Amino acid sequence: MLPFTLKFERRLTVSRVATFLSPLAALLLALLFGAVLLATAGANPWTTYRAMFTGAFGSTYNWTETLVKATPLILTGMSVAIAFRMLFWNIGAEGQLVMGGIAAAWTALFLTERLAFLPDSPWVWLPLMMIMAIIAGAIWGLIPALLKAYLNVNEIITTLMFNYIAILWYRYLFTTAWKDPLGFGFPGSAEIPLYARLPRISGRLHLGIILAIAAVLLIWVIMDKTRRGYEIRLIGENRRAAEYAGVNIIRNIILVMVMSGGLAGLAGLAEVAGISFRLQHGLAAGYGFTGIIVAWLARLNPWGVVLVGVLLAGLLVGGDQIQISMGLPASVALVLQGAILLFVLGSEVFRSYRLRIIPRAPVALPPPEEAA
Amino acid sequence: MDLNLIVSILNIAVVAGTSLVYATLGEILTERSGILNLGVEGIMIMGAVSAFAAAYHSNSAWVGVLTAMLVGGALALVHAFLTITMRAEQVVTGLAITIAGGGLASFLGQKLGPAGAPLVGLIGPRFREIPIPGLSQLPLIGKAVFSQDLLVYLMYLVVALVAYFLYRTRPGLHLRAVGENPQTADALGVSVFRVRYFYTMLGGVLMGVGGAHLSLAYTPGWTENLTGGRGWIAIALVIFAAWDPLRALLGALLFGSVNAIQFRLQAQGTTIPSNLLNMLPYILTVVVLVLTTWLEAFRKRVGAPAALGLPYNREERT
Repeated sequence: MLPFTLKFERRLTVSRVATFLSPLAALLLALLFGAVLLATAGANPWTTYRAMFTGAFGSTYNWTETLVKATPLILTGMSVAIAFRMLFWNIGAEGQLVMGGIAAAWTALFLTERLAFLPDSPWVWLPLMMIMAIIAGAIWGLIPALLKAYLNVNEIITTLMFNYIAILWYRYLFTTAWKDPLGFGFPGSAEIPLYARLPRISGRLHLGIILAIAAVLLIWVIMDKTRRGYEIRLIGENRRAAEYAGVNIIRNIILVMVMSGGLAGLAGLAEVAGISFRLQHGLAAGYGFTGIIVAWLARLNPWGVVLVGVLLAGLLVGGDQIQISMGLPASVALVLQGAILLFVLGSEVFRSYRLRIIPRAPVALPPPEEAA
Repeated sequence: MDLNLIVSILNIAVVAGTSLVYATLGEILTERSGILNLGVEGIMIMGAVSAFAAAYHSNSAWVGVLTAMLVGGALALVHAFLTITMRAEQVVTGLAITIAGGGLASFLGQKLGPAGAPLVGLIGPRFREIPIPGLSQLPLIGKAVFSQDLLVYLMYLVVALVAYFLYRTRPGLHLRAVGENPQTADALGVSVFRVRYFYTMLGGVLMGVGGAHLSLAYTPGWTENLTGGRGWIAIALVIFAAWDPLRALLGALLFGSVNAIQFRLQAQGTTIPSNLLNMLPYILTVVVLVLTTWLEAFRKRVGAPAALGLPYNREERT
């Protein structure tokens, strides 16, 4: 037996030092874990990490690629964060993103023909696509929200199943129903018109990043500066207190999931109107799930989501780079993401607890001698 | 409907439902102790890839199963350590296990073949149907129940064992007590920590076997995303089954038969696009979950262990 026992003791206040240091320690441990994995796969961890880093942040071009991936991640991260703030476990950002992408593509491909009297101008069609994408994502989030609010159906399962349903429907659309007859047999819809595309800033970086930042700003104002945001946070922190204070829980669940789904839907629009310009393979690239990691690492804080979104996007771009340049599986990035999250989860205890080392008392203590 | 069709659907239903039964039983044991493990999908897919890799290299399907059990138990240990000892949020920890497990399985699938090659497309040892003489000749259910692989037969045994254990033995009572009221269990001298660690790991072992059945029997071999959401369906089945092993068997067979009908329709060359047909199990999961929850609301008690998802801290009796 060890000569001491370890025990967690609750701190009186959340430790600022631990709040700052524990994610750093977690990141280092995750990188160490990744290094072991890379070494067993026969790769030099140091050169791999260097290649990943320069691949993500090494030049202006790499930076734009990282921001391209950060765009959907910030939006899905934000989507997850506001739902998690209320302890509504929305795991469905992936499906909500896909629905947003489908709606954006539908608007650009088919609604443009039906409403042909409208001018072929981005000033008309881009806002319309945005609205449709937000509505589609919001509806996909609203159904589980209604089931939760009125029937108390477990939202983790419903939002997750809705992912699979959305993804299969989107696959059906681009491989069958909307498949471009002029596409030489490749699965994918026709290209959306030029006026339905988000303008590019540099390289593949498009206006979506600005939309994402604007959305974060808006959500930050709602969540941190308004009464509604206060109610939502209160429900998450103490649902019973919120009920006693007369907060309408059902209405807030619905509101949050409409916002959450809408944000993810916007991410779908950014992917379709900013990158692929058509409905094709690759829209369901896991941004919804990575959004969960983004949200949690950011401690559900809007500006934290932006920061973590860019960092994890860098990790993904770096993963793609080592696949191209070193022939390593890009899934290294996925493993690292998961490991970072696991280590951060393990380290969070130190924010509110301190580890005490308690020496074991000798087993048979002689009775204290009475003072004569 | 002609009889042969029913026989063949039942037959596929059992083999398709087996991995779900293992995973659902694993999650039932875990949740009965008060721990919510949403890492089922990640544990199953790690079980599937490690089972296939180990079976391929050792040329023994049983070595594959054992490896999957170890891997499943180890991943569940991570979950137990983070949620029980380090008091991490259970929902997010489970999601993290699923995300990390999915990534790791994909990585290993590209590296664990001979000389660092991918596993995809390799043919390894597998469990084959072993009809039980006599019983397999029974009309209607004979082929479905008694002409299956060994992991299916083992599954029958595990269901019976878990059901007996849970309701008829003293440790089973302790397990239920820890999930319902850890304070009382603690006061009666049951170690809440030990029970939660043990059953979370045992649950992971079963989830691992579920994954192994996929890559060694049901769809032998390794492909990316082999589990296809079965881990999540298992979590829904736990609710459907009201945390009861026998009802879990029933629910898994229901899902298995949906798979079977899918196959049947595809084999007959249906005009329904496969992508839409594949939605069936997921839509069914939502429908079943809504109905179950709705029905439960009429009864007084929802079947979830009362302390499910709540961390237990001896010093802070909340």
